[in-house]
Amino acid sequence: MDVEKSDTMPIRSSEDVVRVRQAVRTGSVSLGFSLVDQTKIITAASEIARNTLDYGGGGELRLDLVRAGIRRGLRLVFSDDGPGIADLAQALKDGYTSGGGLGLGLGGAKRLCNEFDLRSAPGEGTTVTLIRWK
Amino acid sequence: MDQIPILQVGDCLLVSIQVDMHDQLAMQLQDDLTTRVVKTRARGVMIDISALEIVDSFIGRMLNNIAAMSRVLDAVTVVVGMQPAVAITLVELGLGLSGVKTALNVDKGLALIRRLIDDGTEDWVGRREK
Amino acid sequence: MPADLHSVIPALIEQHHQELLQAWIGSQRRGGAAGLSLLDNATINEQARRFLDELRRSALSGQVENIDGPEWAGTREVLEQVSRSRSAGGSSASQTATFVFSLKEPLFNLLREHVKDAEGMARETLIASLLLDKLGLYTTELAQRSRDEVIARQQEEMLELSTPVIELWDGILALPLIGTLDSARTQIVMENLLQRIVDSRTEIAIIDITGVPTVDTLVAQHLLKTISAARLMGADCIISGIRPQIAQTIVHLGVELDVISKATMADAFALALRRIGKTVTDRVVARRPEA
Repeated sequence: MDVEKSDTMPIRSSEDVVRVRQAVRTGSVSLGFSLVDQTKIITAASEIARNTLDYGGGGELRLDLVRAGIRRGLRLVFSDDGPGIADLAQALKDGYTSGGGLGLGLGGAKRLCNEFDLRSAPGEGTTVTLIRWK
Repeated sequence: MDQIPILQVGDCLLVSIQVDMHDQLAMQLQDDLTTRVVKTRARGVMIDISALEIVDSFIGRMLNNIAAMSRVLDAVTVVVGMQPAVAITLVELGLGLSGVKTALNVDKGLALIRRLIDDGTEDWVGRREK
Repeated sequence: MPADLHSVIPALIEQHHQELLQAWIGSQRRGGAAGLSLLDNATINEQARRFLDELRRSALSGQVENIDGPEWAGTREVLEQVSRSRSAGGSSASQTATFVFSLKEPLFNLLREHVKDAEGMARETLIASLLLDKLGLYTTELAQRSRDEVIARQQEEMLELSTPVIELWDGILALPLIGTLDSARTQIVMENLLQRIVDSRTEIAIIDITGVPTVDTLVAQHLLKTISAARLMGADCIISGIRPQIAQTIVHLGVELDVISKATMADAFALALRRIGKTVTDRVVARRPEA
């Protein structure tokens, strides 16, 4: 996979989360994503960005325009140095219970993307990679 | 500091969300609405999200909270104008908006609120002719 | 191939640019990239010149193995333009690829002139050959992609024709699905339906699956997702045309169909009318009063 363009942005405040949404929109529009696909990737980005802020203590997003052969896509890498996730399997399970539950929305975000990678361990921070292909 | 305007129409409160809200703004809207519902003794709350292109779990929870809060205060909440792409994404996300009634647009939303308040039922059948 | 392989090709192309260009144009004409008779000389010259220019620039980066990177963007772009213009002019994908492959002969000749040892010659020839193979294959991929795009567009048009959304009544839409549903097609059809619901301000949509021979789990899931989405928006759906076999399949698959289903469209329509508060009555013809 080759990277055609790469941008990094901080996620340190809720205004940054808004900026993340805008940046992902700009990226997906430039790749010519359909409206539904745009909505999906921006929503997924919003979920993960919020996690990075709320649970990761803040972090950053690297936004890459990638290409593999003739396919082009958007890759989002969210990273933080927070406490990390102890039980990855549990985190990926669905659970938007109003109130309780992890509510991390990782399972949902995963369904909205073509490729999804989660790396985390207690005390080692978390890195979430999302890819949506055109 | 920007605020989302809340309009009063009869015994209903109308909110139209036009901006991509950051979290504090969303929380503020929740608080403002609660206060206004109490103050005006509103029976209905209508939230127009036709301009929202993204509804993530945070906004979803906000809508659920507003509905729950209104119910406690004996008011009904109707969310109108959800865009198809948003609906499709919410379904994929697995986020249900249970406890929130929805309608296609403002007109139908107001009609629904009327039915819910007046008839206590949302069935179409038995709609009162005005 | 080792990554730090140093090749003389970039330097050679840079230094003998003009000579290479002339030899190549000649080779194209001779070798009969058979569509050449369709192109005038000026076009051939122009395309060859631009390609070689970009090739030169890209090769100067020193990296001649991977054509996907940003250093090769200019070259890829020229190939895209040449490919497009040639296929518009009637050339086949192979003919356009030959445009690139025909550069091998003059390039190998150039190498033979300047690389004196056999070992080096063999190595450089391989590098040149691999590079031009990749660029040539890229043009065939482009041709395939544009063909795929045409097919996709035609499919979409056929889809629109074969899955019309019908307004049965003010407030009731019907979507008769015909034929086998695959994942991609179902998605398009469903998005279409949801948009129509918004545009026509219709609250009830009848999805008729009489014309669908089989319903597998994937299709059932898509249907359910569409219905959930419609409900989120403030509308609702009724499914009609469920044949006994399909009902059995659905139960067998363990899919929870939390939606009202009717055997026929007529039943669904009657239900929909009731839901929107309409009834159908007989017209009473007024009698003329007796004189």
